[in-house]
Amino acid sequence: MSTEPIAQIVDAKGLSCPMPIVKTAQAAKGLTSGQLLEVLATDPGSTKDFTAWAKSTGNELVEQTVEGGVYRFVLRKK
Amino acid sequence: MTAVAEATETPVPAAEPAPAPEPEAEAKPRDILIICYSGELEKIWAAMILATTGAAMGATVRVFLTFWGLQAFVKDEKRITGDGVMQKMMSFMQRPGISHRKLSKMNFLGMGPWMMYKLADQYKSAKPKELLEVAQAMGVEFMPCQMTMEMFGLKREDMIDGLGDPVGAATVIGLMQGGDAPLFI
Repeated sequence: MSTEPIAQIVDAKGLSCPMPIVKTAQAAKGLTSGQLLEVLATDPGSTKDFTAWAKSTGNELVEQTVEGGVYRFVLRKK
Repeated sequence: MTAVAEATETPVPAAEPAPAPEPEAEAKPRDILIICYSGELEKIWAAMILATTGAAMGATVRVFLTFWGLQAFVKDEKRITGDGVMQKMMSFMQRPGISHRKLSKMNFLGMGPWMMYKLADQYKSAKPKELLEVAQAMGVEFMPCQMTMEMFGLKREDMIDGLGDPVGAATVIGLMQGGDAPLFI
């Protein structure tokens, strides 16, 4: 568990494919390199989708947790 | 004679170590080219999902709009397009615009699409029109087909805003030859 501050939170709870990824990409655009972005999603496909997104875009998936059906991802902007 | 001399003079390259592999270059994702050919609701929907996701994944995405696919990118409020009787008839029989798409199966005079939209609302799935707006905001390039525009008598002012210049098949093939990942929908 990192103690670094989260620069922005994307609440994609309830949204279906492809909106969690799309909203994340849009939010990431506004961040500077090294800043952290937190994403909350309920789409069960998001676990794989966020891994793929991080791999393709070069942003780092720092943390991934699931609690009560909510998937939480912490990503570091490239 | 000279050839032999040269041959003897040329040192045989000793088993040189293979050149070190290039340091893993920043792999730029392949550009994506979606050929949007079909006008049915579910196919336009799929094309818009893939276009927005491609852009979100950092790829350059282009969408070539042709035949029935182009009809979906006429402004929603346009009803009859074209000049001649036949062109007008075509738009009369199949209403243009992204919000007026029919399903290829189970259309049932619009009941099918109505149910699809209801379900999309229920499951918070973005509808084609919303995805189109997102795609445009994310820089997806839409290229209308010159030939289809002429054949259906579509003018630039009939089409939604933000489309690129009309192009032909050679542009599409050129992009494929250049390595774009092509999708024909």
